[in-house]
Amino acid sequence: MWSSSLQRRLPRIVDMPRMTIVAGIIVLGALLVLPQFIYPVFLMKAMCFALFACAFNLLLGFTGLLSFGHAAFFGSASYISAHALKVWGFTPELAILAATLNSALLGYLFAYVAIRRQGIYFAMITLALSQMVFFAALQLPFTGGEDGIQAVPRGALFGFIDLSDNRTLYFFVLAIFLFGLFAVWRIVHSPFGQILKAIRENETRAMSLGYRVDYYKLVVFVLSATLSGLAGGTKALVVQVASLTDVTWQMSGEVVLMTLLGGMGTIFGPAVGATVVLSLQNYLSSLGSLVTIIIGVIFVVCVLAFRRGIVGELQARWPRRNQ
Amino acid sequence: MTTFFHTAEQREYILETVGLSKEFRGFVAINQVDLKVRKGTIHALIGPNGAGKTTVFNLLTRFLKETAGAIIYKGRDITHSRADSIARLGIVRSFQISSVFPHLTVRENVRVALQRKHGMDMHFWRPARELNRLNREADALLDEVGLESFVNLQAVELSYGRKRALEIATTLALDPELMLLDEPTQGMGHEDVGRIADLIRKVAANRTILMVEHNLDVVANLSHWITVLQRGEVLAEGSYDEVSGNPQVIEAYMGTAHG
Repeated sequence: MWSSSLQRRLPRIVDMPRMTIVAGIIVLGALLVLPQFIYPVFLMKAMCFALFACAFNLLLGFTGLLSFGHAAFFGSASYISAHALKVWGFTPELAILAATLNSALLGYLFAYVAIRRQGIYFAMITLALSQMVFFAALQLPFTGGEDGIQAVPRGALFGFIDLSDNRTLYFFVLAIFLFGLFAVWRIVHSPFGQILKAIRENETRAMSLGYRVDYYKLVVFVLSATLSGLAGGTKALVVQVASLTDVTWQMSGEVVLMTLLGGMGTIFGPAVGATVVLSLQNYLSSLGSLVTIIIGVIFVVCVLAFRRGIVGELQARWPRRNQ
Repeated sequence: MTTFFHTAEQREYILETVGLSKEFRGFVAINQVDLKVRKGTIHALIGPNGAGKTTVFNLLTRFLKETAGAIIYKGRDITHSRADSIARLGIVRSFQISSVFPHLTVRENVRVALQRKHGMDMHFWRPARELNRLNREADALLDEVGLESFVNLQAVELSYGRKRALEIATTLALDPELMLLDEPTQGMGHEDVGRIADLIRKVAANRTILMVEHNLDVVANLSHWITVLQRGEVLAEGSYDEVSGNPQVIEAYMGTAHG
């Protein structure tokens, strides 16, 4: 009852289904209280990966393009952010901005080369390009090679809000995370998002209506890379390290897994998937390499039993009469 | 890009092909086709199965690349244009199998076609509800094809004939000068055929139509000019009466000449 009156009052501000609004409010409330109970650094890390997966899903779920090189945007952003904080002495928001711009540019380069290719060829080209970024991260002098960039200072937000306290940083990261999610949601539910949907549904028809489909794909690729960069740049600030792990091809694979597990083509699914994967890695870390096997088994079960992913499956089974 | 000098005769033709040919690994699908489509007419392209009609369409709309020849649209060589830029020049096609965006609503299908013209195709930072501004225009087009009571239905739920009507409404949204219709009445029941034929006549009022069609009643009723293709070559051309009396054409269709 209360939720329907809520939607009646809000319809022009947020035209989301009622269930999404209610779920959103619950999650938001939880995010505000959770740092009291759970180690904030873990939560912040989870939000970074969640945003990364949601940005990736713009391509996989909402455009139908499988990029296998998204670690390049996430990882290189964390290097730029760490370097800007540590060496250039940037304030955190400027460091993250620089990291985000870096990924936007890199995304444009990737898309320019790969976007005309289809299916597996597209995936392979993005993989090859991201391996070049990995090589650069290994060889360039400023990245610290195998050691990465360590002991990154968090600095003071806008020059005067000290972020060394995890609680303070938490709300900054939460704000970035919410902004990122909102951006994804907005892109999907925008006039441009409508064209993406048309392209995904019937590419030849879109072309015969005068749409240069490669161009729209390029734009969404750059948007996805940009938001991945926002996530990666923030992550370096949180964990105070930029390392090779985030630019490896395994990371590109992991984000595919998070997205599929949570539900591709849903706005919040990838965030759920990322949280699940990260929690397993975190809480089962004492089991060592067994974690990989456990996640693998979960993934296989998920693909076999709930093909739509966690959120996708919930949506499909939710009673439709309310909508 | 070459612009030809206009002679009086050339100006009459909105679309011309010169020696258009297409080979698929040695198989000659289209051989030296010279097609001339007069402005403001309904021009039918007919011929037995495998004559190459759809291939001609795919060449004209650049979904296929020709092996030789040229395509001239309004005095301009468009042989090297891309499929999407052809559409922006005013040539919009329909497909042999109805081609809609299945999981968009009927209204959204038409709006997609309107978005580019209104500069609302790149706005990724605006809410989708701004597209409601296009509703009136979209609904008027749907009204024209008799789909006004289905605006909120998903396209996938429409009957076959109505999908075709939706496809035409979507095409009309671009206000094309030249419409290419690939077998608009194929696979339709009798009633639907009549409805689509009426619709074609209506939308042809201020534009040119080139259509591939198997239903000879529709061809006889609608078209001002007919080109008959056989094995990738032009067999005959003329009005329906001229073409239907041509012994070669009768042979191509019936297998024997009897007349």
